[in-house]
Amino acid sequence: MTDIASPTVRISARPASAKRDIGIKRRYAAERRFRIYGISAISLGLFFLALLLWTVFSNGYTAFQQTTITLPIEFTEKVIDPKGERATDGKVLMTANYPLLVRDALIKQLGIDPSKRPLVKQATDMVSASSRTLLRDIVVADPSVIGKTIPVTLLAEANVDSAFKGQIDLSVDQSKRKVKDQQVTWMNDMASAGVLTKSFNTGIFTFGASSRPEASGVGVAALGSLFMMLIVLVLALPIGVAASIYLEEFAPKNRLTDLIEVNINNLAAVPSIVYGLLGLAVFINFAGMPRSAALVGGLVLTLMTLPTIIIATRAALKAVPPSIRSAALGLGASKMQTIFHHVLPLAMPGILTGTIIGLAHALGETAPLLLIGMVAFVVDYPGSPMEPSTALPVQIYMWANEAERAFVERTSGAIIILLIFLVVMNLGAILLRRRFERRW
Amino acid sequence: MSTSFLLLLIVIIGFISYFAGRARSFAQAGGKLSNLHSLPGYHGSYVAIWAILPAALVLGAWLIAAPVYIDASTRAALPDTVQSQGGATVELALGQVKSVAGGLKRLTAEEVSALESGSANLRSTLAAKGVALAGEGEPYMIAAAQHFNAMSVTNRWLMSAIVLLIAVAGGAYAIRNIATRFRARNQVERVMLGSLIVASSIAILTTVGIIASMLSEAGRFFTMVSPFEFFFGTVWDPRFAAAGSGGSSGQFGLIPLLAGTLYIAFVAMLFAVPIGLFAAIYMAEYASPRLRSTAKPLLEVLAGIPTIVYGFFALVTVGPFLRDISAQLNGLVTGNYQNFIQAQSVLTAGIVMGIMLIPFVSSLSDDIITQVPRALRDGSLGLGATRSETVKKVILPAALPGIVGALLLTASRAVGETMIVVLAAGVAARMQINPFEPMTTVTVKIVNQLTGDLEFTSPQTLVAFALGITLFVITLGLNIYALYIVRKYREQYE
Repeated sequence: MTDIASPTVRISARPASAKRDIGIKRRYAAERRFRIYGISAISLGLFFLALLLWTVFSNGYTAFQQTTITLPIEFTEKVIDPKGERATDGKVLMTANYPLLVRDALIKQLGIDPSKRPLVKQATDMVSASSRTLLRDIVVADPSVIGKTIPVTLLAEANVDSAFKGQIDLSVDQSKRKVKDQQVTWMNDMASAGVLTKSFNTGIFTFGASSRPEASGVGVAALGSLFMMLIVLVLALPIGVAASIYLEEFAPKNRLTDLIEVNINNLAAVPSIVYGLLGLAVFINFAGMPRSAALVGGLVLTLMTLPTIIIATRAALKAVPPSIRSAALGLGASKMQTIFHHVLPLAMPGILTGTIIGLAHALGETAPLLLIGMVAFVVDYPGSPMEPSTALPVQIYMWANEAERAFVERTSGAIIILLIFLVVMNLGAILLRRRFERRW
Repeated sequence: MSTSFLLLLIVIIGFISYFAGRARSFAQAGGKLSNLHSLPGYHGSYVAIWAILPAALVLGAWLIAAPVYIDASTRAALPDTVQSQGGATVELALGQVKSVAGGLKRLTAEEVSALESGSANLRSTLAAKGVALAGEGEPYMIAAAQHFNAMSVTNRWLMSAIVLLIAVAGGAYAIRNIATRFRARNQVERVMLGSLIVASSIAILTTVGIIASMLSEAGRFFTMVSPFEFFFGTVWDPRFAAAGSGGSSGQFGLIPLLAGTLYIAFVAMLFAVPIGLFAAIYMAEYASPRLRSTAKPLLEVLAGIPTIVYGFFALVTVGPFLRDISAQLNGLVTGNYQNFIQAQSVLTAGIVMGIMLIPFVSSLSDDIITQVPRALRDGSLGLGATRSETVKKVILPAALPGIVGALLLTASRAVGETMIVVLAAGVAARMQINPFEPMTTVTVKIVNQLTGDLEFTSPQTLVAFALGITLFVITLGLNIYALYIVRKYREQYE
């Protein structure tokens, strides 16, 4: 505290009535305005957050429901295998005209005159074109169904799905919408007959890419993301921790280590797309790794995540008090033993928190993956990180570029899934910090 | 023997050596551990390191060198007529030989002898086995392919034998070294220190990799298009040439892209800086601890949302909203319901990017404002200034360098942002000043030029690397300058 000069007495000497105008009203008004600016800035920020989340959730929650039509499908031999060759020729079952079975079942269900072609076409348009593969898989898996009639649950076509969820304005003239009046009537008939129902959409979690919104899902992309996250975890965590231990505990203070330090800080701020260019030039062009493989994506994301992990680890190591080190050294531990037996375990919660946050960041990263060919139409689950795969955020990007309304719903659904992953990871990091963090 | 199996074998040898080394040190100590210089575990690790490390290094070197050697040898085995044609022809023939070699492995002995005698067609025989040849096979290719296969097999066996021998020999050598006074711990720790140094040099390698790869690819681009045309050209029209037509005369002017990038970043900063700064000031100076502890993390959620989500937000909400509201405004004023803001525009991208940047501005400035010493605040308040006057006249001037640094870091993020502009800014490369029209950015063009199937010889793809290095230099400059300012500022109070 500095000495306070003895107060002057001029103020008390002035008569109380003649108050000097120091603009107190104006100044308090300015104060209030300033406060209001601050509050409105915060509320504006929170408003945008709410708007963003509301956009995603209001568009996307319906993606977790799917309209299905359950029809008794008659697996007639005449349609599937008219010449009776299936025992000798394996291709017969693969190439049979399965949509015909759906058509017949629909005609029977709706009571349409089969000779009215346009009407029949409208009816078959209500069922997803993915029914072909669905029925084919049933027959190939168990050829004995031929000749029997089995109820099969088929996906409704995306527009019917939207209409049934009430997302299409049915008061518009039918020439201006994709679902015609006749189809709406059928839809309502089938709904009241219990044939057409809304149920939980497991497909969005298990399917791969498809040009049909109703038959597309994030399963394949999520597996690609999982591969990449594993690669990032396995590579970035040990390398990052090792690098930070060296820089924090061993490195002599010289120009080289200073350079490394500036370097790492800068790498953390390099735009992510630059890492994509690096991956393309080094991993794909120079090292000859396959395009759109999860391995390359994982390596690129590893390089991108490393600076984050190094910065977090160094902070965690720095937070361990020197008394711990001195005690261990004093008892005769070598420097390595001190660090690996005492400092590192104490810093571990901080390191893991930083790693999880880095992983969450990598999970949501899109731009570098676009450059290494992950924008791929991948239908099948990749068996290994070397096979073509795609990633969750890239799948979102591809769907966001689709024009159909049903894809907006799918995109939002995929974003919800991605956000749930991120929330879980961040909550994990927070819990970890709360549970294990020590204040020295 | 496959490479992964070989690696597994090496690891197993390492394990065995670990226990052997431990056991030997026990035996040497005669049951009294205090006789040993190092703990038995260190002796074990020492032996294991000698068993694994040299073998793994040799294996790595071999895997890189062997294909080069085999290719060279196979190339030499091609007939002189092919070799005399040089360059591309030899490479093409080599590629065909390799696919023939892959195919030969799937054939039975009779089929191979039929091929050798010339009684069977090479291409159709291989096609039946699912191996597609790029052209009609020549007879000489069978011999070359067999040479290739034989060499590959020998190579595999030789590599396995030598690597395993090195592993065993390394382990044996290390075991002989073990004695009670042997400083195994120091040896092991030296290897550990070495690996720590290798790990920290990866950060340097990444930077070197970024710069080297960009420079070399951009260098190839600049041999086709002059740097002057690139950096000062005002027209961006890369004109994707059809494969093989050779007509690669596009125009690669950087200026329109740079203008779009800077314009959008400027709009974003215009949006984010006041909001972020006022939020930071309020949270640092006015907010109760409770408000602070809820509002700050909530605002930071904005920073954790992936940028692709912001892009989607711009695409389905902000863009259409601006378009519709501009149509309404126009209708109210002129009676003509024609929108004057495009759904994809500088404004859309700028606003959405601004929302993304709010938490960056607010948390960075918050840190800096709270760093201003208490005494400055108390002095000003004690002299009768209101809080807002204290903020405006005392705290902000004191924190200014730090805030400028924070804003520069934020600007570098805005310049490098990709997904929002890809979805919200449009692809038209034009130079104009109307924020309601679409413009494009450097990052959008990098993505555009590099998605899809492309060959890496045309300027249309290589230009992406020239754009990349421009982006890298801009952001690096901003970051270094920001760090410099922040560092200089910190020294003032310490």
